[in-house]
Amino acid sequence: MKLNEFQQKLFDEQRPHIETFGKRATFWTIFYLLWIGLGGYALYLQITKGHEVTGMRDNVVWGLYIANFIFFIGISYAGAVISGILHILKVEWRKPIIRIAEMITVIATIIGPVFILLCVGRLDRLHHLFIYPRLQSPIIWDVLAIGTYFTGSCMFLYLALINDFAIFRDAKLNVPKWKQRLYKFFANGYRGTPNQRKHIRVSMNLMAIMIIPLAIIVHSVLSWIFGMTLRPGWHSTIFGPYFVLAAIFSGTGVLLMAMWVYRKMYNLHSYITDKHFVYIGYIMMVLAAGYGYFTFSEYLTGWYGSEKWDSEVINKLFNVHEYGWWFLFANVAGIISPIAIVAIPATRKPNWITLSAFFMVIALWVKRYLIIVPTLESPLLPMQDTRTAWVHYSPTWVEWALTLAGVATFFLFFTLMSKFVTVVPISEFGDKEATKEKKQVVVQEVKKEEVIPA
Amino acid sequence: MKNEEYTDQSRRDFLKLTALATATAACGSLCSCGGKHDHSAMSHQSGDTVKLLSPNGEIVEVDSSMIDHHNHMAMATREEARQGIPGKKFVMVIDLARCKNARKCVSACQKMHHLPKDKEWLSVKLMKDNDKASPYWMPKTCFHCDNPPCVKVCPVNATFKRQDGLVLIDNERCIGCKFCMAACPYSTRVFNWTEPHQEGLTSADYSPETSTPSKVGTVEKCDFCPDMVRQGLLPDCVTACPNGVFYFGDENEDVVTNGDETVRLSQLLKDRSGYRFMEELGTKPRLYYLPPKDRMFPVERGYDALPDDLKARFKDVMENKK
Repeated sequence: MKLNEFQQKLFDEQRPHIETFGKRATFWTIFYLLWIGLGGYALYLQITKGHEVTGMRDNVVWGLYIANFIFFIGISYAGAVISGILHILKVEWRKPIIRIAEMITVIATIIGPVFILLCVGRLDRLHHLFIYPRLQSPIIWDVLAIGTYFTGSCMFLYLALINDFAIFRDAKLNVPKWKQRLYKFFANGYRGTPNQRKHIRVSMNLMAIMIIPLAIIVHSVLSWIFGMTLRPGWHSTIFGPYFVLAAIFSGTGVLLMAMWVYRKMYNLHSYITDKHFVYIGYIMMVLAAGYGYFTFSEYLTGWYGSEKWDSEVINKLFNVHEYGWWFLFANVAGIISPIAIVAIPATRKPNWITLSAFFMVIALWVKRYLIIVPTLESPLLPMQDTRTAWVHYSPTWVEWALTLAGVATFFLFFTLMSKFVTVVPISEFGDKEATKEKKQVVVQEVKKEEVIPA
Repeated sequence: MKNEEYTDQSRRDFLKLTALATATAACGSLCSCGGKHDHSAMSHQSGDTVKLLSPNGEIVEVDSSMIDHHNHMAMATREEARQGIPGKKFVMVIDLARCKNARKCVSACQKMHHLPKDKEWLSVKLMKDNDKASPYWMPKTCFHCDNPPCVKVCPVNATFKRQDGLVLIDNERCIGCKFCMAACPYSTRVFNWTEPHQEGLTSADYSPETSTPSKVGTVEKCDFCPDMVRQGLLPDCVTACPNGVFYFGDENEDVVTNGDETVRLSQLLKDRSGYRFMEELGTKPRLYYLPPKDRMFPVERGYDALPDDLKARFKDVMENKK
């Protein structure tokens, strides 16, 4: 595969990262594996002793696991929507960051459903979902939607990677044979012929167009798992749009965090520039405003009304002795802080923006928890139960261990991926980019000539 | 000649032997299906003895575990359990004016289904409709709704609505996603968070109509005891209640009975102003309540004599009584 000047420079800078695993990556891999190991032990306990080792009981039947599921599928929107939309709009500056975005999508869509599996009581009967499905059930809609979405996202990621795999295959990298074989396999015979280029371009355009309605469907379906019940706080018409917007919003947050980490770790400052942070920051700010509007509308309506059940849930969220502080944190860190930090020019810098993104992501996780648990703690019939574990949900160490194991798996996949392919895609900067550079050089030359005689 | 005779006789013998062997094997496999639980049932000497009358007219004492206590004639097949008892439309009426929280219904249900003390398929709530109203005891079973929100959301058809009106659960199909529990607005379903320890039960005892034994990781609830009904008996909660609070019957026949009184359902609901709990949810429950008017007992009768742990449940409502 032939590389232009820009691409060659880009490739040479990133080459060492895919050639050697490195001490730092080894350290982090072991660190993540330890957390995953702890999660494995927790899972073993859960399988052998039953779900009684979690904090879930007959009233709060869904807890941390479902919050994690919604959270991870939410952040997967980084690639699906952001990468998809930027691709359709043919925005030039998207190029260095789309691979990170797509990786977030694929990895998050793998880990999210694992959390549902952790919540299911009979893992030995999962095949029932496929041999006895009921299409009327939102869970089956979920299975279909996420299955399709995952397939589509993998395809989208892979299509963008084919050209790069061909570059790695031909670059005579100093890698072990198995890795070279993998590159050859994934390159799938790509030679960069005009026909092949056209196929990839058309496929990617199609995938980008298809993935956007697919993403909207996925998170709407997820929200309807709550929205289709009769519970206060869940049976709200805003849930579909609310969850979709929150997902894209949290996706930008995780994208910013990933950009910051990779930029620092792999010294990519000339490619993932401050400009990228500002632009994604603008997107984050606009989405924060939208998310804030939906949140405000939802809770103002609930608070203003007098219905007993809605009021019970709202009171739990506003009461500082119950979930008040968490609700405040979720809204300040989740809405106000991203807007403020990006709006004020002095803080519109990569570090500040990433910091606000970090707190925003945490805040959105807390928000998912606040959607699930307070409603379940407010059933329509009085609980009249003296067992504290039945009245109030308190996650156990098993649930936390599995949550952290999921997060560790997420980071582990990222670490391993970045050792397999370059973080900034090489092939994206094909002829167009080189032509643009050439044009700039020619323009400068012409200008010089014009100036000197005068 | 001799050979043909021999062959005819030996063929008959062979067929008889094969038939006998097959029948024995079939019986043996029926006995041994259910795996390890069967061993525990048969070899476990419970110590309880049962007096039986032998064919010779003698009284014989046999260990309880040697006897199959279950009426297999009444066991429905899987298909029958899904279809329901034809021609019936079961309905229950609970007379709130009579309930004094004796909780005999709760313990009878738990005994019949081998439930531990803290698992209640039938629970008694202390309800107070508004500040000025007097609290009243409200026993609550599954309502077996005609528009069940639980059935709507089950992804694998583990919970289903039958033609006789009952909503049952097949705990061999259930994957334990608990969506039905989130969807039920009446908090009637319970989950097996741990391995249930139910002595002496085998999987041969299970059908969606018996709902027993429980299985870990699955959902369960009140089933209106269709296995009892098939035997012509009333559910245990109905017969156990000392005050005749529960009426059970058939909407098609328009009759309900509490074991003592048998009344016309439509007349009862008309005269006593029967209503359904939270009618506005649109789930169309098959359980009607008769309002707590002209009560048989003051509400304290059901509270003062309770053990402390149960009293603690209702303390808040009782203290706000005035």
